Amino acid sequence: MSTIPSMIGSPIRRREDPRLITGRATYVDDVKMVGTVYAAFVRSPYGHAKVRSVDVSAAKERPGVVAAYAAADLIAAGLNVSIPVAADLPGLKKPAHPPLAIDEVRFVGEPVAVVVANTPYAARDAVEAVAVEYDQLEAAIDLEKAAAGPPYVHEDLGTNVAFVMPVKTGDPEAAFAEADVVVKERIVNQRLIPCPMEPRSMLAHWDTGAAHLTLWTSTQIPHLLRTNLALLLGLGEIKVRVIAPEVGGGFGAKLNLYGEEIVVSWLSTQLGRPVKYIETRSENFAAMTHGRDQIQYIEVGAKKDGTITGLRMKIFANLGAYHQLLTPGIPTFTPLMSPGCYKLTGFDCEVTGVFTNTMATDAYRGAGRPEATFMIERAIDLVALELGLDPVDVRRKNFIGSGEFPFTTITGLTYDSGNYAASLDKALELVDYKGLRAKQEELRKQGRYLGIGFSTYVEVCGMGPSAAMPAPGWDSAQVRVEPTGSVTVMTGISPHGQGEETTFAQIVSAELGVPIDSVSVIHGDTDKVQYGVGTFGSRGTAVGGAALKLAIDSIQAKAVKIAAHQWEANPDDVEYKDGKITVKGDPSKSMTTAEVGFTAFRGVGLPPGLEPGLDATRRFEPPNFVYPFGAHVCVVEVDADTGEAKIVRYIAVDDCGRVINPLIVDGQIHGGLAQGIAQALYEEAVYDENGQLVSGTFMDYAMPRAHQLLAFETDRTTTPSPVNPLGVKGVGEAGTIGSTPAVVNAVMDALAPFGVKNIDMPLRPEKLWKAMHANSNGKVNE
Amino acid sequence: METVNIEVNGRSYSNEVEPRLLLVHYLRDTLGLTGTHVGCDTSSCGACTVLLDGISVKSCTVFAAQAGGHAVTTIEGIGNSGALHPMQEAFWAKHGLQCGFCTPGMIVSCIDLLRRNPDPSDAEIRAGIEGNLCRCTGYENIVRAVRAAAAAMKADEPRRSVAELLPVGAS
Ligand code: FES
Ligand code: FES
Repeated sequence: MSTIPSMIGSPIRRREDPRLITGRATYVDDVKMVGTVYAAFVRSPYGHAKVRSVDVSAAKERPGVVAAYAAADLIAAGLNVSIPVAADLPGLKKPAHPPLAIDEVRFVGEPVAVVVANTPYAARDAVEAVAVEYDQLEAAIDLEKAAAGPPYVHEDLGTNVAFVMPVKTGDPEAAFAEADVVVKERIVNQRLIPCPMEPRSMLAHWDTGAAHLTLWTSTQIPHLLRTNLALLLGLGEIKVRVIAPEVGGGFGAKLNLYGEEIVVSWLSTQLGRPVKYIETRSENFAAMTHGRDQIQYIEVGAKKDGTITGLRMKIFANLGAYHQLLTPGIPTFTPLMSPGCYKLTGFDCEVTGVFTNTMATDAYRGAGRPEATFMIERAIDLVALELGLDPVDVRRKNFIGSGEFPFTTITGLTYDSGNYAASLDKALELVDYKGLRAKQEELRKQGRYLGIGFSTYVEVCGMGPSAAMPAPGWDSAQVRVEPTGSVTVMTGISPHGQGEETTFAQIVSAELGVPIDSVSVIHGDTDKVQYGVGTFGSRGTAVGGAALKLAIDSIQAKAVKIAAHQWEANPDDVEYKDGKITVKGDPSKSMTTAEVGFTAFRGVGLPPGLEPGLDATRRFEPPNFVYPFGAHVCVVEVDADTGEAKIVRYIAVDDCGRVINPLIVDGQIHGGLAQGIAQALYEEAVYDENGQLVSGTFMDYAMPRAHQLLAFETDRTTTPSPVNPLGVKGVGEAGTIGSTPAVVNAVMDALAPFGVKNIDMPLRPEKLWKAMHANSNGKVNE
Repeated sequence: METVNIEVNGRSYSNEVEPRLLLVHYLRDTLGLTGTHVGCDTSSCGACTVLLDGISVKSCTVFAAQAGGHAVTTIEGIGNSGALHPMQEAFWAKHGLQCGFCTPGMIVSCIDLLRRNPDPSDAEIRAGIEGNLCRCTGYENIVRAVRAAAAAMKADEPRRSVAELLPVGAS
């Protein structure tokens, strides 16, 4: 199939930007409806408490208040539901998760009551007037203590352990028997808070005349949300429309169905008025899903030459107080990806999912895979340190070779394609590794501590084969050639910053030869777009784009038939070439997609039996995941006086297969790097022993600002994926997954003269300073 | 309620407002200028940044009543599709935005940064926008956009329209 080469691979400016840079985009809070009332939630100030009583009567008397409800009122009115969890595991404990707490609160920020008023200010005032009596209970906060015993988050379960998942493959006993050394470490992957800049925002409108609900909500999954919402509210699915308008970032935290979305929708059906709820940032910190939060005990077996033989892991995963949509599923990715880019012969892992009195964890950029990559990339460095080898050599020694793909890993995944050595080579060259090691030596003599850290990661994305997913894994596209030759694309994915309005238009323009400004890409509205699964797991282009390619193929096949009929030619002799339909070997015969489209619309001159119209709806069911990879190098200098780790250079060589728009791909990498680096150095969600969220504002939660980051140096290798017809892999999460270990490895390398092997993230100055001074042996001047 | 007389994007308005009404809510809800966003409740994120008499302020930290007698410029007044401000054009060209939520406030802050320092170094740019959070871009392309805008403004390039810049080819 021929294409217009210049469209694919071009750094085209994004077509979504004019509305965004001029302030004319429409996010949920920008949707204004006459008669709107505003909801505000009363939330638990305790990590764990019995709710003795909730009295909303005084709130109802406040000026401007329209209604107020406690859980009992919802149940009495017929809304007795549990927030759904889609991920399932053998023996998984699934405690009820009501949208308003009934008789017990289990995390700070859990909704207890809701008030509705004529203005947002009045609604917030009325929250203060709701009287809730609590009896505080002991909270389960520490992950390992919670796994071991009481207090229990859900007393009736008699345990905080929600599931135990063993993964044992290969021959771990033999693998460790042949190891010369066994390196052990406790690795902490701290809790993070996703912080999309647009908090959760929703506007529900129950049309009493049509008995139809429209919910505008800031989501990554409008269709899945609609299906679940319809079931929960007892409405026919056709009576519910979900619109994801402009969405201000998601990062996995909007891949969910929140209790607030259920309640606000229900309120609109009860009140017959539009109900809007825009959470505050403080609420967002406390009550939107968090990410990561694992403790891993690892043992790595290795031979003297650096060959890794086996891996044993015991993982504790903090689930929070309740399941959200994918909560228990996230940590199950961790063992699967723990072998990384390397060959092992034995793997033995156990994952324990644990309830605590904290906000639920769920997908956050990387979702279970950063935890694996951080672990294995740190482990490689620890092995290198133990054996006195160069961490680069240990990586090379254990790489899956470029000729071995598709490669089935010890955990049963089949990596589609890769060339790990090539990306590492490129990164080493860019950073001048030899020169850098020499410089490090020199600086150490001057009492300056430079560190060089690597991460050679592989990640699993393009989610995914339906059989391997808790929800459908396919996605859809409809392509319509309109009578004037414009092309409408309806995509089932739901971009919120990833730029598919542009990349998809590029693909259409290249394949069908239409000008890019004649292509419109529509998404995020269940009444406009055929069912789609959404944007998450770096699947937008790898799955949604693949569906688009299939739809284009169908259009081209039909267009060829029509053109052949017009020319009285054999369809086998007619083809798409450079965006035009031509007869092979006869360039004088040529038609555009628009011309054929008009013929198809007009319905005259079509081959007998062929339906009019030129459009197609196709779905792509991925036969496998895709596995982007890359090599990151981080160079840091740690200041011995302050303990501050300053990144001097950051080189990222990533391979996400074929690139449609390099500007957008680099942008995805940049954003990913920022979040991964931030985990290494800055961010940490902290609860105190009572379950108070200590890091509950932007003043306490160290999401990085511009001066804390640097100019990233990005490059790429290109290894197309055989999994989809575009040859693409995902790129949304790769930067985050790859970067965290590179930074930590660099800092540990810098601190190697002090005998420091491991410090838990985030690597804040005081921790580094203490480590340097505790082990200084007089090397650092106090 | 008190009366506020205020100039916004060159037009005069007079409204009755609650004394506690924040400027950002006045702009968004009273005037319907929804380009200015709210990203936090601790004056930490800069999503709400506007110009007050030409100087950037976080409009969530100002009462509407306090802005009475002053001139406010929001993103809608910075430029529009018929005539983009060079900073808007640079954000577009350099891919300085993804979800776009921080973008209006970021663009306004960057304009104010160049007013104070027309030729900033990268470090000065990064320091200059530290009041504005962006979760999507990692800031690198924002820095590049500010550099490009500084050059364009120095060269006094005319404002261009979205239509002039579309249809787009390779940039
Ligand atoms: S909304 Fe004003 S600083 Fe965040
Ligand atoms: S572009 Fe999304 S927060 Fe900046």
